[in-house]
Amino acid sequence: MKDHDPAPAAQKARPEALSRRAFLWRLAGAGVAAAAVGGIGLSLRDAVGPAAMENARALATLGDFAVPAPIAGKPRLAEVHGTDRAAMFTAGVAALGGMAAFVARGDTVLLKVNAAFAAPAVLGATTSPELLAAVATACREAGASRVLVADNPINNPESCFEVAGLADAARATGARLVLPRPALFSPLSLPHGRLLKDWPVFSGAFAGVTKVITLAPVKDHQRAVASMSLKNLYGLLGGRRNIFHQDINGIIAELGAMLTPTLCVLDGTTVMMTNGPTGGSLSDLRQAGVMYLSADPVATDALGVGLLGKTPADLPYLALAQAAGVGTTDVASLNPVTVNTEPAAG
Amino acid sequence: MRIVVARRISQAFFVLLFLWFCLVATVGDAFWQLRGWPINWILSLDPLTALGVVLTTRTLYAPLLWAVLVLAATFFLGRFFCGFACPLGALNQLAGWLTRRRLPTAARVADNAPGKARGVKYVLLAFFLGAAALGSLQTGLLDPLPLVFRSVNLAVLPLVDPGRFGIHGEGRFYDGAWVFGLILLAILCANAWRPRFFCRYLCPLGALFGLAVRFTPWRIGKADAKACGTCRRCEEYCEGGCRPSGELVLSECVLCMNCLDACPTGRIGFAARPSACGERALPDLSRRGVLAALAAGALAAPLWRVGGASALGRDPALIRPPGSLDEERFLARCIRCGQCMRVCPSAVIQPAVTAAGAAGLWTPTLNYRLGRAGCLQNCIACGQVCPTAAIRPFPLDEKLGRGQYAAAGPLRLGTAFVDRTRCLPWAMGRPCIVCQEVCPVSPKAITVGTVLEPVPGGAVSVSDAKGAALTLAGAPVTGRNLGSGDYFLRGAGLSDDTARRIVSHSGANLALEKPLPDLGQGRRAEIVVRLQQPHVDPTRCVGCGMCEHECPVSGLRAIRVTSENESRSGPGRMLA
Repeated sequence: MKDHDPAPAAQKARPEALSRRAFLWRLAGAGVAAAAVGGIGLSLRDAVGPAAMENARALATLGDFAVPAPIAGKPRLAEVHGTDRAAMFTAGVAALGGMAAFVARGDTVLLKVNAAFAAPAVLGATTSPELLAAVATACREAGASRVLVADNPINNPESCFEVAGLADAARATGARLVLPRPALFSPLSLPHGRLLKDWPVFSGAFAGVTKVITLAPVKDHQRAVASMSLKNLYGLLGGRRNIFHQDINGIIAELGAMLTPTLCVLDGTTVMMTNGPTGGSLSDLRQAGVMYLSADPVATDALGVGLLGKTPADLPYLALAQAAGVGTTDVASLNPVTVNTEPAAG
Repeated sequence: MRIVVARRISQAFFVLLFLWFCLVATVGDAFWQLRGWPINWILSLDPLTALGVVLTTRTLYAPLLWAVLVLAATFFLGRFFCGFACPLGALNQLAGWLTRRRLPTAARVADNAPGKARGVKYVLLAFFLGAAALGSLQTGLLDPLPLVFRSVNLAVLPLVDPGRFGIHGEGRFYDGAWVFGLILLAILCANAWRPRFFCRYLCPLGALFGLAVRFTPWRIGKADAKACGTCRRCEEYCEGGCRPSGELVLSECVLCMNCLDACPTGRIGFAARPSACGERALPDLSRRGVLAALAAGALAAPLWRVGGASALGRDPALIRPPGSLDEERFLARCIRCGQCMRVCPSAVIQPAVTAAGAAGLWTPTLNYRLGRAGCLQNCIACGQVCPTAAIRPFPLDEKLGRGQYAAAGPLRLGTAFVDRTRCLPWAMGRPCIVCQEVCPVSPKAITVGTVLEPVPGGAVSVSDAKGAALTLAGAPVTGRNLGSGDYFLRGAGLSDDTARRIVSHSGANLALEKPLPDLGQGRRAEIVVRLQQPHVDPTRCVGCGMCEHECPVSGLRAIRVTSENESRSGPGRMLA
C-alpha cells in the first residue's frame, strides 16, 4: 500500500498553457493594483507624524446679542415686586420699553435656563417653569419665529428638564428644548482668557440664534457665595468643567465675557437661602417676591445678592466682571425703576 | 390560514413586542417611554425564572404567576412557547433561515437529526436547579429571556442611543458591553451550523419545557407508519430536530409546525394520538451527567458562600441600587436581565463584572464614573421595573425617608469618603468644594471647614503701604490668580483674623479689601489661600454618588462612595 497515490493528479486534465494575451492581462492587472496602492500610500503620506494635540478651530466667544441701549435717561434695569412671575416679567419688560425693545419679528430666541438638577420646581433649584412659559410666550407674541431652551445641567439632561417641569413648560409654549449632546459642543478660546482656553462650550445651541435671554433663580452657593445671572452661564460649558471651581470668580467673570445676552431675568420670587445650589427642602427657601430685569448681568447680580443678605463685595466675581467690561455694579447708572404688580397690602 | 403562517405572525408579534418593551424602558411620559407599558411581561412569562425563584425563596412573586400559566399550557400543548413566543427562539429561527437558504435538502435533513449533544441543556438545567435549591439563582446567565433582554438592553440599544434621533441624546456606557454583544452574535451565528443551535443544545428553559411535555394530550405525530416514503420533507425544516418521520423525540419538538405543513401526504398532524413510528420522551441523556451537574450546582452555592464574596469579603465597591434586598436575598432573586440598568435615567446601574463575585456576575452595581450622574434623588424607576423584586418596588417617600418612613430615614446606598491624599483643598491647597455643591441632601451631608493655608512662594515683605494698597519688595511667584478673591494677605505670625482679602494684583502691587494691621518692624507677610475642605457627615450621606460623579479629580476620584452603612444590610451598618 502506498502512502501517497499520484493517480488522481495524473487523471486530472493538465491546465492549458497560459496564452500570451492572458499573461499580459494579468501583468496589466497587477500593475494597476500596485500603482493604485502606491498612489494611495503616497497621497496619505504623513512625513511629520501626529501632533501632541488635535487643534480644532476654536471660537472666540458665543456672541454678542445685545440690542442698542435705550436713549440716555431711560431705565435700563427694572426691579419688580410681586408673587406672580408671569405678571412680574410682563411689568418689568414694559418698564424697559416693552418686549419689542428686545425681540423683533423673525428672531430666533435662545432662553438659557438653569436646569442644573433633577429636582421638582417647588424646590427652587432650577428656573421656574412659569417664568419660562411667560418669557417664551412673550417672545412668540413679539414675533419670534423660534424659541429655544437650553442648558447643560449637572444631572442627566432628560431627567433635569422633565423633573423640573421645564420640558412641559417648553412644550406648552411651543419652545424647543436643545438638550446637550456631544455634537453640539465645540472648543472656545476666550481672547485674553486665562481659564477658557480650548474648552468645549455648548455652541450648537446657538445655531441661528439672534437673541439670548437668561432666566436664573437666586440661590445660595458655597463656593461662589451666590448663583445668579452670571453663574447661570456655567451651564454653557461642557467637559469636566468642575476643575474651574479652583478659580470660581475668575471663571464666572470669563463666562460674562464669553456671552453678551440680550436680557437677563433674575428671579428672586423664591430665593434659596441655604443648602444651595441644590436645596432639597422647602425650608431652604424664602419668598422674597422680587425680580430683576436688565441687559446687564453684573447689575442684576449686584442687586440679587442682597436677597441673600449679602453685599456685592461678598462676590469677588462682580468686581472682576466689571473690570473685564462685562457690566457694572453701579446700578444707579442704569436709571433703575421699581414696579409693583400687586397693590401694597394695607 | 396555514398554521405556520399563524406561527410566524405570533413570532413576529413577540419579537416586535420585545423590542418595543426594550425601547420604552426609558423614563418619561411620552408614548414611547415608560409611562405604563408592562415592560416586564415577557420576562414574567418565564417558568424557569419562576421555578428558580420558588426554589431560592419558597415564594412566587405575584407577576410571575404568568409563568405558571405558560407552564400549565405547556402541560397540554407542548413547547408552544419556544415555537410561537420566545423572542430569542424567533431570532434564532430567522438567523438559521437566512444563513442556510442555499443548503441542499439532504444536508438540512442531516443537520436536523437528533443527537446526544441535545442532553447538554438538561445537564445545564440540572446545574442551575441544584444551585437554586441551595439559594443561588444562576438561571439568568443562560435563560433565553433574561439573556436576550440583557443583550439588547446593554449592548444593542446603547449602539443606537446617541444622537439627535436616538433614544437618549448622549451615549450610555455599560461595563463589559462587548461581552453581551458578542455572546448574542455568537448565539445567532451558531444557527448557520445547526438550526436553533442555542435552543437545541444550550437552552435551560427549553430543557424545562422538554421535561414538562411528557403527558401532553395533543402532540405532533404521524398518523400511520406504512406507505411513508423516504422524502423526509418533514425533517427538512424541523426546528427542534425531533425526528417526526421516525421515532419522535417528544421533548425536542418546539411546535414549529413545519413538518405538518411540509408533508405531501398529510400524514403528520397535531392530534391526540401517539406517533405511528413510536415516541420517546427525552433524547439520549447521560443520567450520570445530569446527577453530576445537579450535585455540582448544589455544591457551587455553598462553595460560593465559603468564598465570602457576599459576606465578610464583599467588595466595598459593590453598591446595589436603592431598594435592593440584602446580598443573600438579592442573589436569590436577581436574574441579570438588565432592566434596571436600562431604565436608570442616569445609567449609573452597571453589570458587575467582578464586584459581586462569581455568583453575582452581571448583577447590578452602581458605578458613579460610568453613569451620567449619581443616583437621582427623585427617581424610583429601578424598583418599579425589577421583574423578581430583587430591587423592591419602593415608594419615593421611602427613598427620601419622608412621611411614614421618616423614622427609618432615607434609603442609603453607602457612604462617601473623602480621600485627603487626592482632594484638591486637602492635598493641593486649591479651592474646589464641588462635592459639597452637588450634594442633593438637605441639609447637606458634606460640610466644609474653612482654613487659610500659606501658598508656596507666598512669603513677601511689604515695602510700602498706602491704606489698602501695598507695594511688595518683589513680585510674588505663586502661579495663582491672586486677585481672584480666594487669596488673602496675613501678617507673618499673626492670627487669621488679621488676614485681608486681595482684590487685585499686578506685579509687586497688591490691593487689599481693607488695610492690614500694623505689621511692626520687618513688615513680613504671607499670601494665604482660603480653602473650604469637605467633611462627610455619615448620618446624612445617602451614598447617591453625586459627589463622586462630579469630583474634578477625574481618574480615581477624591471622594468615593463605598457600601458602608448601606440600608439593605442592617448588621453591616457603620455607625453605632
